[in-house]
Parts: sequence; structure tokens; C-alpha cells
Amino acid sequence: MKPKILNNVRIVDPSSSADFVGSVVIEKGRIKEINEGTEVNKDSTEYEVYNLEGKVLAPGFIDMHVHLREPGFEAKETIESGTKAAVKGGFTSVCAMPNTDPPADKAATVKYIIEKAKEADNCHVLPIGCITKERKGEKIAEYGELKESGVVGLSDDGDTVMNSLVMRRSLEYAKNYDLPVLTHCEDEALVSKGQINEGYYSTILGLKGMPNEAEDIIVDRDIKLAALTGARLHICHISTREGVELIRKAKDKGLLVTAEVCPHHFSLTHEAVVSFDTSTKVKPPLRSEDDVEAIIEGLKDGIFDIIASDHAPHARHEKEVEYDYAPFGISGIETALPVTFTYLYHQKSLSLEQIIEKYTVNPAKALGLNIPSIEVGAVADLTVIDLDETKEVIKEDLTSIGKNNPYIGKELKGWPVMTMVEGEIKYIDEEVNKNAKD
Amino acid sequence: MTISRKDLLNMRDLSAAEVNTILDTAESMEEIIYRDVKKLPTLKGKSIINLFYEPSTRTRSSFELAGKYLGADMVNMNANVSSIKKGETLIDTARTLEAMGVDMIIIRHPVSGAPGLLAKSVNARVLNAGDGCHAHPTQALLDMYTMRKKFKSFEGLNVVILGDIAHSRVARSNIWGLIKMGAKVTLCAPNTLLPVEIKKMGVNVTSSLEDALQFADVMMALRVQFERQDESFFPSSREYAKYYGLNKEKLKHAKDSLMIMHPGPINRGIEISPEVYDSENSVIDEQVTGGVAIRMALLYLMGGEYDEAQNS
Repeated sequence: MKPKILNNVRIVDPSSSADFVGSVVIEKGRIKEINEGTEVNKDSTEYEVYNLEGKVLAPGFIDMHVHLREPGFEAKETIESGTKAAVKGGFTSVCAMPNTDPPADKAATVKYIIEKAKEADNCHVLPIGCITKERKGEKIAEYGELKESGVVGLSDDGDTVMNSLVMRRSLEYAKNYDLPVLTHCEDEALVSKGQINEGYYSTILGLKGMPNEAEDIIVDRDIKLAALTGARLHICHISTREGVELIRKAKDKGLLVTAEVCPHHFSLTHEAVVSFDTSTKVKPPLRSEDDVEAIIEGLKDGIFDIIASDHAPHARHEKEVEYDYAPFGISGIETALPVTFTYLYHQKSLSLEQIIEKYTVNPAKALGLNIPSIEVGAVADLTVIDLDETKEVIKEDLTSIGKNNPYIGKELKGWPVMTMVEGEIKYIDEEVNKNAKD
Repeated sequence: MTISRKDLLNMRDLSAAEVNTILDTAESMEEIIYRDVKKLPTLKGKSIINLFYEPSTRTRSSFELAGKYLGADMVNMNANVSSIKKGETLIDTARTLEAMGVDMIIIRHPVSGAPGLLAKSVNARVLNAGDGCHAHPTQALLDMYTMRKKFKSFEGLNVVILGDIAHSRVARSNIWGLIKMGAKVTLCAPNTLLPVEIKKMGVNVTSSLEDALQFADVMMALRVQFERQDESFFPSSREYAKYYGLNKEKLKHAKDSLMIMHPGPINRGIEISPEVYDSENSVIDEQVTGGVAIRMALLYLMGGEYDEAQNS
């Protein structure tokens, strides 16, 4: 692998509050040199040189909520296809949720995922283990062995641990191994057979609604259990105004609570469902304008540490059915960054540094990983972004097997154009590649 | 005369002018129903499929007779017992029907939005005969047809829709249609059967039947959809009948001219007592006749080829 030079690029690194135009030299998978304001000229027969004028260089982005579907649901996605989509989406690391078949409740399954990720060789895959055996919500899984095999957190995502005692024991026991518990908050009885947000659109469309309270009740419960146990709780995909307030209060109290929000929950409202397009069917559902406003406020205030895609790909035939029959989920890993830049950066809700922080430093902190940074000696996991690139989302261009994406046909501004993992370019935009090479 | 849209999916999309066109056309169609020889060549050579994913007697027969009176070739396809059991999806079925050269598809489906999915998948014109709790436009049109016959105009007409609003596609379609035409709509039901934010549709809401009866010109009782209720929406049929069932005693609070309607089939003794069903105020049988006229009107108005370019 030839060493690389990235010239004339705006380097933005929240870990050191760096923001300057300069150049970076990468050798043997690590950052060897950083120069402010200076173009590096070296023998181009020995170095691959990229002129990235006008682009932003950030530490490698982490998507801490991804469903890779393998093992068990390879028709929806494989580790190979999912990680290829991830690097195209600008991510150098992804957390793989454990609702596979078999679920990742044992070391053998976790090792299989890690092995498959190595074979695919696209980006880092950080497995999440199950909270409970077989994800049944009854008995906690073997966290010691799961941690030894490589998990970075625990979750029964897709389902809530409805038994409060089991959840308490999970939080207590996870503390032994300093693992965060990632919670999916949904009161199953109150959600019932809900398909979309309960509100005006569920009423006029005649689709069964899921009230905000179904989410809020469990958020409240799990925060209380985090306070009781002193454990690390990470709250996944918040979608309600009350949820934002509950997390705000938890943080004010100094609890070890982190929280994430998904791009579709700050960019779309339940009005999107009016076409009965099943790519709008997601859990938690797309909520009201008032909830979206609260989510954006929560992002501004730092209530949400993390933005994560909740990438949930499904096979075409599963989504091309009547609304009630379609599975929940958006295949969003390739549009997470452009949606974020379009709806938060270009609409001036968040600064570039804040956005990068929510995709790099904060997820790393929540998971207890090394903080991604651009400094000499650091692993060259890097993401390059063109904030001004405007492009329509085209179904055929999506790399993920899942094409269930509600932004298809929409124009988004701000796209990842290069993703480098351990010094190797895993994705580069064709145009950028053509124009960037000196 | 035609309707300038490929499909008839809901009342929300129809303009007031289109509603008037459909109701006016139905008036001239009704006369045919009473003829000795009920056969016109209007739709001769056209093939229409009744694609029903839910059991139905009156809507399906009504469409079938309407099509036959106008000379179309009608085929009934009960999807519950055919290919769907073998795992065929709605889109697969649509492609199959398209390949058979069908001109119009009338679909009833238990899931909201299914007719729209079908309409996107075929060139044939699609008529919604009821989808989930979403829409039942032909029922709303026949209800409005029955009301207009007596009251001549919808302007200021007080219509009360009573009962299981939460699960009723009939209620939703009537609300869109009646409000568009100038009527005042009040919904009356126990709170558990009133969906959230329903007032945003422009209706009044009450849980008191006595109050609602006092000003109603039309009282449309809905069928309690026990088959859609897997939760406890009210404690018992007995209690429902006591507080929300129409009987002679309760009608003492109503105008003498009150029109009583029901989309059928009726849970007798629950929504309406037998004596009220048989009273002069009831137009339930007239609704059925109007149903055939409305469906004839729609098949006639939509029977021609749809030229997207011309209508864009």
C-alpha cells in the first residue's frame, strides 16, 4: 500500500478543537505528518497524492446503531454488503446490533461476526451482544464471555426488555464488565399493533397509532433503573419531546446516561406516511412537527450525544407490500451524513464541529473506545466530506441490499466523498478521485 | 363525461365538482335499476375484476350488478381462498391481472392503503371498495346520494355519525365528502372509539347521544366492528346498546324528520333496535339501492381509457 498525501484539506477534529486548512501524510496505516497551511510535495511515484481543496477531513465516523443482518437474514443484508454501504456512507466503524439468527447472545456468534467482518475488509465492525439469552427478555446473557469475545455493548434492540427486574439485573451485571446497556424503549402493550405515530395522520389514514407515551414510559423506567444501579445506560433512537426532557433531567442529575437520535427523526415528520410508502415505516415512528422541533433543540443543547443511523435494511419483496404487512426499518447508513448536513448544518442548527463530535468523539466515549482524532501517530481512520455537493438519492446507487430509504428522489447537500480505514481508501467518489489526484 | 383521474381511492382527493358529477350521474342510472330489462351496452367489451380480500356481500354484489347492468364482463375473485393463501403478494396478483388484460379492478382489502399500492402497480383503473380503517369512497357517495335526495343540498345539513368511528372507513370517507359539500358533521361515540386529533378533520365531537340527537338532520349509526377489536374499547355489547344504541325512547329527543342511516350489516339490537330499523325515518334499504346507482355511475364515468397525457 502506497503512502498517501491529502493536500489542501480543511482539517476539523473536535478532540483537539482543530479547524485549519493543511495537509496530512499517511504511512503504514497511521498519520505520519500534519502540516498547517502547507502543501506537501513528495515524489508522486512513491506517494498517492490527493488534492482535496474545499473538502473537510474529519476523524473516521462511527455509526453505533447498525443492523448488518448476518447471520440469519442475508437476503436483507450481509456483513460484506452492509460494511461496503457503511464506507460509502462515510463510516469507518459500525456497531452491529445482535438481533440476528442466531442472536449474538454467545461468544461463538460474536466471533463469527468478527471473522466475517475481517473477510469483508471494509470497515471496523464492533459487535453488540444481547442483553438477554435468545433476546427473550427473560434471563441475562453471559456478559463476561461476550466481552471477552469482543462486544462493546449490550442490547436487545428491536425489542424492549419488558421485565423491569431483568433490566435492573442487566444494568447491575453489565457494570462488572464496564459495558454500556443500549436500550430500545417501547412499551409493548401500549404500542399494541401500532404502525405509525398516533396523531392526525394515523387518524385520517386509518393506520393503528403508537402514542409517544409508549416510548416515554420505558425511557423513564430505564433512567430510574440507571439511577438505582449506577450503570452506564445508552438510550437508542429517541423520537419524542418528553423523551428529550427525561434525558435532560437525567443528565442534570449526573447519571451515566447517553442518548442517540436518528437522522429520520430530525428530518421527517409523520406527514411523510401519507403516501403509504413503506420506507417511512420505522420504529419508533416518524413523529409530529413538535417532536421534531424538540429533537433538534435536544441536539443543539447537547442532550443527544450521538447521531446514529439505525440502519435497518430489508429485502425488496418484504417492503413492497401493504403497509401493515411491511417490516419496520429504514436502510439509512448511506444517507445518514447527507441528511445530517442538509437538515442540521445547512439549516444552521448545528456547527460542523458539533456534528463531527456526535459521529466520532461521543460514540467512542459512550462505548469506551479510543477517541478518534487527527494527530501524528493516530490510526488513519478518516472521513472526507464535501459540504457543498448536492445530489439526488437514487435507488440504484444504494450499495446496501436494502433499498427501503425514504429519501430516494430527494436532493441532499453534503456528502462523504472519501473513507479511509487504517490508511486504506475504502471508498472514494469517482469525480473526486478524477479531480483530486495531482 | 369522465372523471379526470386514473383511480378512485378516497374521498379526500375528490373535488366538490367531481362529487356533484357522480351524484348527478347516479340519478340517471337509478332509473335503469327499475327497468324490466336492465342491460345497457355502455361497458360492452370491458372486463372488470372484483378483487376482495375481505368477506363482503352487499358491496361486492352491488359492484357486480352495476357492472353487469352496464354490459361489462365481471369476474369475482375472492383472494382469501386463492393465490394469497399460496403466498402471492398483492403486487404479484396485480401483475397477473394486468397480464390478463383487465380494464378495471375493484378492490377491498383489510389493510389501509392497499388500493393505492395496487393502483401504482397496474395500468388498469382501480376503485377502492374499502381498505382497512382508511377509506370507503363508494359507500360515502351512496350515503350522500341518499341524503341529497331528501334534503336537496348539503349546505348546513347536520349529520351525526354514531359509534365505532375508530375502526370506520365509512366514517372517514363521509367526513371528507360531507364537509367538502358544506355539511356540518358531529361524531358521537364513547371516548375509546374516537381517534386522536379527529377534530382536525373539521368535525364536532360529543360523547352524549342525547345532545347529538337534538340537532341532527341525519343520524348515521355505524356497525361495531367486533372483528377489528382485539382491545377492550367498551365493557359489553349490552352497555354499548344502552348508551349508544338507537331506540324509540332515545328518538324522542330527535327531530321528527330525522333520517336514520346505517352502512350495514347491522348488529341488530346493538346499534339500532328492530323497531327503529323498520320506522319511517330509516332509509337503510334506500341506501342499498343508491349503492348500485352510485357504482353504475362510477363505472360509467371511469369506464373509458385513462389517458394520462391528456389529464396531466
